[in-house]
Amino acid sequence: MTAITIPKEKWSGKVREITLGATAAEGGTRAKTVTVGGESTLPFLHFEGEVPHPPVIAIEVQDRQPAEWSPVLLEAWGDVTQDPAAWAKAAEKKGADLILLKFALHDDLTGDYVRQTVRKVLEATGLPLIVFGPGQAEIDNEIMVPVAEEGKGERLVLGVCEDKNYRTIVAAALANDHLVNARCPMDVNLSKQLNILIKDMGLPLERIVMDPTTGALGYGIEYGYSVMERLRLAALQGDGMTQQPMLVTPGEEAWRTKEARSDEGIPDAWGDWAERALNWETLTASTLIESGADIVVLRHPESIQRVRTMIDALMAAA
Amino acid sequence: MALSGIEIYKLLPASSKNPEVKKHANCKECGFPTCLAFAMKLSQKQAELAQCPYVEEESKNKLEASAAPPIRLITVSANGHKVEVGNETVLFRHEKTFYHQPGLFVRIKDTQADAADVAKAVGQYGVEYVGMDLRLDGLVVEAAGGDFGATVAAVKEASSLPVILLADDPTTAESGLKAASGTQPLLWAATPDNWEAMAKLAAQYKAPLVVRIEGGDVSALAELAEKVKEAGVEDIVLDPGIRDYSSSLTVFTQLRRLALKQNQRKVGYPLIAFAGDDPVLAGQHIAKYGGFIVLDQFSPGTAYPLLVMRANIYTDPQKPIQVQPGVYEINNPSPGDPLMVTTNFSITYFAVANELESSGLPSWLLVADAEGMSVLTAWAAGKFDAERIAKSVNTTEIADKLNHKRLVIPGHVAVLMGELEEELPGWEISVGPREAVDLPNYLKAHWG
Repeated sequence: MTAITIPKEKWSGKVREITLGATAAEGGTRAKTVTVGGESTLPFLHFEGEVPHPPVIAIEVQDRQPAEWSPVLLEAWGDVTQDPAAWAKAAEKKGADLILLKFALHDDLTGDYVRQTVRKVLEATGLPLIVFGPGQAEIDNEIMVPVAEEGKGERLVLGVCEDKNYRTIVAAALANDHLVNARCPMDVNLSKQLNILIKDMGLPLERIVMDPTTGALGYGIEYGYSVMERLRLAALQGDGMTQQPMLVTPGEEAWRTKEARSDEGIPDAWGDWAERALNWETLTASTLIESGADIVVLRHPESIQRVRTMIDALMAAA
Repeated sequence: MALSGIEIYKLLPASSKNPEVKKHANCKECGFPTCLAFAMKLSQKQAELAQCPYVEEESKNKLEASAAPPIRLITVSANGHKVEVGNETVLFRHEKTFYHQPGLFVRIKDTQADAADVAKAVGQYGVEYVGMDLRLDGLVVEAAGGDFGATVAAVKEASSLPVILLADDPTTAESGLKAASGTQPLLWAATPDNWEAMAKLAAQYKAPLVVRIEGGDVSALAELAEKVKEAGVEDIVLDPGIRDYSSSLTVFTQLRRLALKQNQRKVGYPLIAFAGDDPVLAGQHIAKYGGFIVLDQFSPGTAYPLLVMRANIYTDPQKPIQVQPGVYEINNPSPGDPLMVTTNFSITYFAVANELESSGLPSWLLVADAEGMSVLTAWAAGKFDAERIAKSVNTTEIADKLNHKRLVIPGHVAVLMGELEEELPGWEISVGPREAVDLPNYLKAHWG
């Protein structure tokens, strides 16, 4: 029998390693840090390269109980959604690797309020923290400064930087030793461009997390999926501007969908609400992990275990 | 994948070992100056082999074989339901597209009392997604000690869908093949221990045959597939015998690369993948090279997302599904009913239209030509701006159908409001919700 030689790709580049959080020894108060990236091969193809760090799971916690969230989601967390500190604690207990604190859009986003919220979440959990504004440029810029100052030393990830609005957030990250999340709308070249613009402001590439923007299952997931595969291939082929670890937000995307939010006026073929809603989030997340996501931001506590099971299984060398 | 120019050159007269053929080297009768030039053109599909009057029979066969698809197309069918898998040409969908969606099959044991009921439910299940009717593809009947033939017959009857027969031994397998007569089932599987008998059955019943080894040994799999092929069975499906996430991803990737990049014809066949009752694993198989995917359970809350996943991954990236721009009437609107505008990306259109339809509220939906992009993408790309929306309003003459001039724009493009009011003098622009699911409530609140 002539043995078949398994072809191995020879990659000339690899993904940067990025570390979130800082322990006491490093000037912060996190129980431990989280490092992502470093891959020298396509996702989980251990036979032809290194995958030094598994993808990690962030749980999204909002500063106020979210009015618009699906009942399935709110029931799963219970009362903790009324207090971000309690929520972060509960998320850590459920096995999250990171907490993403998202400020919702409301009238109380004063500097003091923002500082207090960040402070109590930092005190409630030992996990590294990502902090996003409500997603409106002016407000994001206003609150990121007190966030950055309050969290100085903790190596937070501040977000969201976009090509139309990144300078203030990057400046806050520079002044306070944080990282940033750089988001582009599903385009390889725009992603590269934003990385360059941020780097040109003086923020080292080791402090930029790439966010390619993704859609949920059924609502455009394949666009993000393919952009991510292209970005990762470019990184492995040596393109220095695509070698950032990637962050995706399947929780937010999936739980926006009708499939996750509605139980009335829907076809019988959609099946059981909780089963379907949970599948919607976990399948969105798992598919993006297959295309190279390093940080997945989830919402439902049960998704943590399902996604973790998949990550652990994929990290077992074949 | 086709042979390279140099590989083709080695099959042409200039490389022949036969002096009678070799004397025609570079004769120019094909229209090209040298055999090498002709070979290059052939490799680029810019010439036909027939242009060379002197190419040898053996070379002809080799060239034709290499022109055959690198991954054979396998068909399993019953009562007009066809599952065609294979004939893929790329490792990543963005390189071109994935062509043949994997078949999703639900597994039933021949010891299950509810076998026929499950089969019926699977056969009847269908769900709508962006105007498409998505369906499961068939059943897997597993010989687990019950009456295999009877179960196959019952399943076939209850579902009308194709079957995959899971049987270890040829006698049992044959009872299943007999029961499936009139359809084209897939037979799992030929192993190193039973392949001769299984191959005979497959040839006799004209059924595609799964070739299976244990532990992901690619060389062993190739060797066994070769034997089965030499025994006269050409329609082969491969089962590398691994069932976990990591090995599946690795071995399936390796097999796809061997077929596509190394032109390794011994493994040029689609794959069968077992997902157990794990939808996330099934999702991996859909994205990463599964051909026939076996699910251990059927449940709409899981089938629906998997069917959508399959449709998404197998969408041609060059042809995002679009709907025709124009005015769409929802629930028989009258001139006083609300007018909304959105883009002609299918997912967008259906998300909005479905919400409006199921709300029962009558409305007019203006679908603007945004080159098939979603609201946000089109806006970012400058394909859904005030000018284009105004153009859409004007060219469709929607104003003639209404007794008002109020237009609701998607919440995500609220910033266009001022500009749009300038482009459409006399029109009042309202900013609607960002998400389609919030439309019914919005309309109830703002259009009393």
